[in-house]
Amino acid sequence: MRLTATVVIALRALRRNKLRSVLTALGIIIGVAAVIAMVSIGNGAKSLVEGQIASLGRNVISVFPGSATTGGMRGGWGTSSTLTIEDAQAIEREIAGAVAVSGEVRDRQQVLANGLNWNTSILGESPGYLSIRDWELSSGAMFTAADERSTAKVAVIGQTVVTNLFPDVDPIGQTLRIRNLPFKVVGVLKPKGFNFFGSDQDDVVIVPLTSAMRRVSRRQNLSGILIQAQTPESISRIQQDITDLLQQRRGGREPDFTVRNQMELAEAATATSRTMTALLGAIAGISLVVGGIGIMNIMLVSVTERTREIGIRLAIGAHDRDVRMQFLIEAMILSILGGVLGVALGIASSEIVSSQLGWPVLVSTSAVVIAVVVSAVIGIVFGFYPAHKAARLDPIDALRFE
Amino acid sequence: MQPVVQLENVTKTYSNGEVEVHAVRGITLQVMPGEFVAIMGSSGSGKSTLMNVLGCLDRPTSGRYLLDGVDTSGLERNERADLRNRKLGFVFQGFNLLSRTTALENVELPMLYSAERISSAERRRRAVQALDIVGLSDRAEHLPNQLSGGQQQRVAIARALVNRPQVLLADEPTGNLDSRTSVEIMGVFQKLNEEGITIMMVTHELDIARFCRRNLIVRDGRIVRDEAVPDRLVAAVEMQRLREAETAAKLIGST
Ligand SMILES: Nc1ncnc2c1ncn2[C@@H]1O[C@H](COP(=O)(O)OP(=O)(O)OP(=O)(O)O)[C@@H](O)[C@H]1O
Ligand SMILES: [Mg+2]
Repeated sequence: MRLTATVVIALRALRRNKLRSVLTALGIIIGVAAVIAMVSIGNGAKSLVEGQIASLGRNVISVFPGSATTGGMRGGWGTSSTLTIEDAQAIEREIAGAVAVSGEVRDRQQVLANGLNWNTSILGESPGYLSIRDWELSSGAMFTAADERSTAKVAVIGQTVVTNLFPDVDPIGQTLRIRNLPFKVVGVLKPKGFNFFGSDQDDVVIVPLTSAMRRVSRRQNLSGILIQAQTPESISRIQQDITDLLQQRRGGREPDFTVRNQMELAEAATATSRTMTALLGAIAGISLVVGGIGIMNIMLVSVTERTREIGIRLAIGAHDRDVRMQFLIEAMILSILGGVLGVALGIASSEIVSSQLGWPVLVSTSAVVIAVVVSAVIGIVFGFYPAHKAARLDPIDALRFE
Repeated sequence: MQPVVQLENVTKTYSNGEVEVHAVRGITLQVMPGEFVAIMGSSGSGKSTLMNVLGCLDRPTSGRYLLDGVDTSGLERNERADLRNRKLGFVFQGFNLLSRTTALENVELPMLYSAERISSAERRRRAVQALDIVGLSDRAEHLPNQLSGGQQQRVAIARALVNRPQVLLADEPTGNLDSRTSVEIMGVFQKLNEEGITIMMVTHELDIARFCRRNLIVRDGRIVRDEAVPDRLVAAVEMQRLREAETAAKLIGST
């Protein structure tokens, strides 16, 4: 018997019991919807995190004060302040393949200009900072190494600062006052918007590191050192070299610094989402199996209910294969229907989640294909026993069945 | 000419645990093409069991059954299914139509299981033709529950006919029908028989058996009488007589 005819027969049977068919497929629908929603939202979140990590710069290695091994990691960072400008200079001098190095101090200060004032974050950095962060200027120029040596009072400012302090004038060449000291604006950054953690990356004033240390925050220690590696491949070697160098500079003392690269940050950020994905995946898998059992249950009921029909088909010449195919295809149509509806529901619900959370949603084609294929396989696996049972019936017994 | 149905000492024994029921105890029988045989006998005498063997729905316990010269005893399940599909047509007492399936689709069913590939247009054409033979082409799209018992049985006959079988088997085809509808069905059978189809049917009713050409009486799993019908009834004539009787009854009733 031809397959098309079997499909037609199976479709007719399902159409006669529309509500039951939909309810039977419901388990699969929910399972597949869960998988699709989970994968789409997970992918979206991952791409978001990856984008944000990438916005930290290219091939960046960071050194934080405080050790990861003594005390808590987070508690350690930045609290004990032992990184010095000499550390940064040593790295710049001795580490091969470090194309840019910038010691960093962070501070918040009230900034005045034009009779306006604005509270913003003051970054003390080296001239290489823009290259490390992959930031660009919209006008003017970055201060120079000479400015850094001479603790020059120059600044590069972000767009938010421009809006708040220089609303109607070209800021280049203007003066702004930090702690009552005049700094000359030499450059304006291109706008970048908010970062992953929700802070405004344009709300910034960058001054030479030395100027920040001596004139603004009056600190001896750095909040961190940023290093840009030449190539992604060299990152781990450079990371190791930096660790060795700083360790050597400290003699035999306990390490009081932490060296991290961007990849590790990205991994930390995605590790949680991966755990979530695995958990949801397990739940989705279980609900698919439960859905499959639901299909098997209904197919068994259906075979019993339709024993007479099977008897008639066998009596007029159906082979056992024809009957088996008929019920197998019915189960498959149910589960594929469940898969397709589940994909639709999954996409719809992830769209809703994304519009609520403002996350991007990436519906992966492979997840959709896999979901539909898996549900078809579930149909075959769980439909096989009922179909086999139907095909094994004796025509006379089946015809006599009341 | 070779017999189309040939039974040689066929027996059928059912064994339910310890009890053995000898439903058929050795039947030898030859039916030539074009015959029209009625099988009669009291309840439990083994008629249905015999029909199931003849219909290749069941295997004999012993003996040989040759259908159209082919020994069926060695055939396996699917080969017997093919025989049922190609060479045999079966009509049941309870019609056995697929519910919620139109008359036309019911008649198309055997063609879905044919070894030869039949296009859906051709399937439809043959099904309509078969319905036409039983006088039901105007009911093609009706569901079984929208048809009278006689009409349902005619759909079942059309389904049995549609693959042009050599033998039409019917187990009490008129058992669920009133006498007038029974005569109608016998009319269909007589027409088919005149066109050359061999028919074997089981009936309890002597009147119905008289429409056939040959009568077998079965008792206790054996054929005890086998005779030609001397004064065969013709369905058309009987219908006419019934109609006249009805008119007469109405006239009497109305005065
Ligand atoms: N599946 C079965 N298992 C056991 N015994 C059976 C089975 N089918 C039929 N029989 C027995 O075989 C005998 C013949 O049954 P069968 O159905 O052939 O009779 P029948 O002549 O068709 O009767 P009726 O006129 O009532 O239909 C009966 O005694 C019946 O009880
Ligand atoms: Mg019987």
